[in-house]
Formats: sequence, structure tokens, C-alpha cells
Amino acid sequence: MQRTPLYDRHVAAGGRLIDFAGWEMPVQYGGIFEEHRAVRERAGLFDLSHMGELWVEGPGALEGLAQALVNDPAGLAVGRAQYSLICVADGGILDDLIVYRVGPERFLTVPNAANRTTVADALAGRLAAHAASFDDASLRTALVAIQGPRAAAILAPLTEVDLGALRNYAIAAGEVAGVAAQVARTGYTGEDGFELFVDWSAAGRLWDALLEAGAGEGLQPCGLGARDTLRLEAGMPLYGNELSLDTDPFEAGLGRIVKLERPRPFVGRAVLEQRAAEGPPARRLVGLVLRGRGVPRHGYPVWTADGREGVVTSGTVSPTLGQAIAMAYVPSDQAAPGTMLEVGIREARVPAEVADLPFYRRPK
Amino acid sequence: MDVPDGLRYTDDHEWLRLEGEEGTIGITAYAADQLGDVVFVELPAVGTQLEAGKTLGVVESVKAVSDLYAPLAGEVVAVNEALADHPELVNSAPYGEGWMLRLRLAEAVAADGLKDAAAYRELIAAA
Repeated sequence: MQRTPLYDRHVAAGGRLIDFAGWEMPVQYGGIFEEHRAVRERAGLFDLSHMGELWVEGPGALEGLAQALVNDPAGLAVGRAQYSLICVADGGILDDLIVYRVGPERFLTVPNAANRTTVADALAGRLAAHAASFDDASLRTALVAIQGPRAAAILAPLTEVDLGALRNYAIAAGEVAGVAAQVARTGYTGEDGFELFVDWSAAGRLWDALLEAGAGEGLQPCGLGARDTLRLEAGMPLYGNELSLDTDPFEAGLGRIVKLERPRPFVGRAVLEQRAAEGPPARRLVGLVLRGRGVPRHGYPVWTADGREGVVTSGTVSPTLGQAIAMAYVPSDQAAPGTMLEVGIREARVPAEVADLPFYRRPK
Repeated sequence: MDVPDGLRYTDDHEWLRLEGEEGTIGITAYAADQLGDVVFVELPAVGTQLEAGKTLGVVESVKAVSDLYAPLAGEVVAVNEALADHPELVNSAPYGEGWMLRLRLAEAVAADGLKDAAAYRELIAAA
């Protein structure tokens, strides 16, 4: 199994380590609820060094990415980020990723750890005909995220980057605690926060400096367990749960990032164009709030009042709401908020109400 | 990890407190810690007849679903209703307020097959 440069710190801090996509990662330190609440109320620190960092650079980088991904990076200003998908020709989703434009001809794309090599191979192939270099820097780039309402206050004294000027979904280069970093205002928790890309060898120094700076602010190291409950409350999809080769962007509610109005081709375009022309998809991703007892889980069946089936893609007890929540694919005519459905939990059928996503939106 | 003397333990990390013809059942502090934050406990109805070794319910944490097994045969005479609204009691007081159910033990059942505290400590030390 692979280990991040922060592995020793996770062990020393009493982190419970699990195998996640071939990486030995902390699922929790103290408890998932405690870590979840720390992020919602104060700040949490995450090691995401298992994620991929793929660099695309050169005069053909923009055009190459425009043809490789469903969103259009031509609309992306230097210093801004964009949520995108890499699809296959039949419209299925290979991964979701963030694209950062760090220079006029220089892009950083961040795929999921589990999909890194698949995405790297696909991207390298799709970029081959373009004047762009491709560099998979994943194993020499560490990623540390600080997330929560106190994140900016903790980070600001440590960096020369003007955080006040760094907008949501923006990125800037600068030192953090003496370490050269790309500082991005992005995250996967539904809170304000930052993702810091640094050299593998500098990750420990950065981690220690952040923990020290955040000690008085209640900064809490967080594992992948809290990351999952936080993103689920925030209604953010997870590849392998809500997204897969068997789902298309429209079903997943991501039609807004499929840019069909542009004239250029991209992989998956023909099929996605046809689907869009056909109208609403047969099934839709929705939020569910359980109205009976139990915990909905990935793979549990969902039934409509007239006996048609859907499926839970993610579920948990929401630490913020104190209710069991889920995301699920259901027939499109049953996707309106307020619709009553049932979730199959072992032998029981438990009532569940379709709810607006996200379940949680941070206070302004 | 707390392993009180005087209780009996199973290889599935449950405890049994024998009180005459009845026995109270819960999960051990080790099991609660391994599960993490408990969010849901599903228990059988009072009056249910349980067979030794058979599934009697479910305890769920944020990340995991774990079956509960009947350590001995018997009839359910009480379940801990407090767990419906406060499943976290399983974490905070696994041998006390986090108890799960009470059985009237079937005739001629013997707890001899269950571990004592010393043997259970050895089991979790080796885990």
C-alpha cells in the first residue's frame, strides 16, 4: 500500500488507518462526528496527498483540454478553477475533476485517487495530438486542505498570498509557512476553505505549521470519514457512488457543466448532445431525508409508490441535521422535493422524502 | 480498553451480565471504539425467542453496519428504548446506559462457553 508523506504524523496522532484506493489513509482520529463538527464550526485539516495532480502545459493545452473534458476551459480566466468531468465516448463518466488555470498556457487538473492512472492515461492520449506537455506529478505533490469558517484566519498569518483577494474557485502561487505552494480556494466540505498543493518533501513542515497556527482556533485533523459526511451534506457527488461509467452528467444533475453550445468537439459530445435533445433523463439524482428509523446506505433499493425501483448511492446520519440522509437515483417523475418514496433497509421499507440538494448550505 | 470483571464475553465482542435466570447484553468498549460513533441500533421486539449464535439485531456507526448475535438462547424481556433517540450511549457507556437487551435464558443453557474477562482481554490484545 502507498503512504503519503504525512503517514507518520497520522499514526502518531492516533489516526485509524484504512486502505483507500491503495493508500493507507486516516479514516478518523478521534471520532467522525467530532471532526465533522470541527469543520462546520471552526476548521479541519485534511491530508489529500493521495489525490492526483496532472499538469498540462503548452500552446495547445487549452484546446487539448477543451476537447478532452465536458466543461469549456476557454471560459476560465488565469487564476480561476472549474469543476469538470472527463467522459468516455458513450457519455459515461470516467471521473470528476477540478481544472485550475495557473497560467495562460498552464493547467493543473486534480482527479480522484482511485482514478488517477485511468484519467492520466486518457488525458495523455487525448492530448497527444496537441502542442501540450503532460506531467503526472501526483507522487511528488502533496495536498493539504484546511476547511471551515476559521480556515482563512488560521492560514492568513502563514502566507504571503492575499487571501482576501482570493475568490472562491481561485488559485494563486505563494509561500505558506516558508513552503512554495499553490493556494486554491476550493474544497469538498461545503465550507469556505483552501487546498494547498506543495512538494511531497515539504508536506510535513506545512502540516505542522498549520496545526500550530490553528491550535488556538480549534483546528482539528480530520480523516476521510468526516470528509465523506461533509461532502454528502453539501450535496457533492463522489465518484464510485453518484458518478460512474454507467451514469451520464444529466442524470447526475451536472448538465450545467456540459458545454454543448461551443462549436468544438469533445469526447462524449455526440452522445451527450443526443441525450440532451431527447429531454429529461429517465432517472435523476435526488436527496432523500429518511422519515422512519434506520440508516440508508450505498446500494440499498428505493421504491416509488407504484413499485418502480431506484437506488441509494450514498447515505449517512447527518451530524449537522441529526437526520438520516441519502443521495439516490430515482425515476425522474418522482424527483420533485416532497415526493414520498421508500428505502429498503434489510427487511423493512422505510419512508423517505425527496429533499432539495444540498442538505446543508453554509451561512453567508 | 475497559473490560469489567464479572461479565461474560463472546468472540463477537458482546458482553453478558448474568442475573439469575436473566442476562443483560451489550457490546464491549472495544467493539464500540472499533465501530466509532454509533448512529443506529436495531433490536428485536420484547417476546422474541432468540437462538444462540443467531443474528438478533444491528448496530450501525457512521461508516459501518455490524450484526449483533445472541450469545445464548432465550426470550427477550426488555430492550433499551433509550438507544432509539440516543444511540451514542453505546459509545459513552457501553457497559451501562448503552446496554441493548435483557433475555430470560432458556432452561439448561450454560454460559460456560463464553469467555471471562481475562480471556476476553487476551482476545482483544491479540486483535
